[in-house]
Amino acid sequence: MPGLVIEREVVIEAPAEVVWRIITEPDQMSQWFADRVELVIEPGAHGYMGFGDQGGPVVVETVDPPVRFSFRWNHPRGEEPVAGNSILVEFTLTPEGDERTRLRVTESGHELRDWPDAEKQRYADEHQEGWAEYLDRLAAVLAKDQSG
Amino acid sequence: MTAQSDDELWSAIADPSRRRVLDLVVSNGEVSASWLAGRVQFSRQAVSKHLVVLEQAGLVSRRKQGREVLYHVEADRLDQATAAMADLAAQWDRRLGAIKRLAEAAHAEVKGGRHEGRRHEGEKQ
Repeated sequence: MPGLVIEREVVIEAPAEVVWRIITEPDQMSQWFADRVELVIEPGAHGYMGFGDQGGPVVVETVDPPVRFSFRWNHPRGEEPVAGNSILVEFTLTPEGDERTRLRVTESGHELRDWPDAEKQRYADEHQEGWAEYLDRLAAVLAKDQSG
Repeated sequence: MTAQSDDELWSAIADPSRRRVLDLVVSNGEVSASWLAGRVQFSRQAVSKHLVVLEQAGLVSRRKQGREVLYHVEADRLDQATAAMADLAAQWDRRLGAIKRLAEAAHAEVKGGRHEGRRHEGEKQ
């Protein structure tokens, strides 16, 4: 069964090598991601990402510079992260000319893990239009190609 | 509403044809399985199976009206799913925005002819 995939992208006015460095070097990662990043960028390497007083282990999956970088996290303590018990974060870099890079990130595996209670928003009326709008938002953050 | 497993929730909305069924329930209020079956590409049996999964996940509920069984959306539960998804997407948008700023600043620095390497805050001038 296809899973839920969150897919976002951004166009960056810099070569892929520069973007690669920002998304993989721990001292750079700590500027856009976790507060504390302990990671060796090698396939299979175990590391740690800390967010304030929270955090958890990560395992590097794919390192293909400057094209693809992925890691798994949110796996149960004491288990090796594999498809089915963890969230996969995958970055794909596509050069668009010499000085422009399209960076896409996908996050998958959410349907397989426990989800904390999202804060419930209250709506005065449960108008159908309002819900249709929410479904549109939901669809917008899902990967387009999930047929199957 | 009872606390159903969140795993069920994510699994329920992970399937595109099930989302299509959910979408139809959302946009049409109260509908029957046969009404739904007339509006989708898949079989009546598939519609019924999707409705069972959606019901187990707490996303739809049913009530009997005469001989018909009508399904309607459970708004709180759907809201919970969509809000969580939207939050995740927004989080990545913020991170990608930060990556863009960092990469463009690093690139501009190199282009400016300063090849002495990265300069961080707090580094000696």
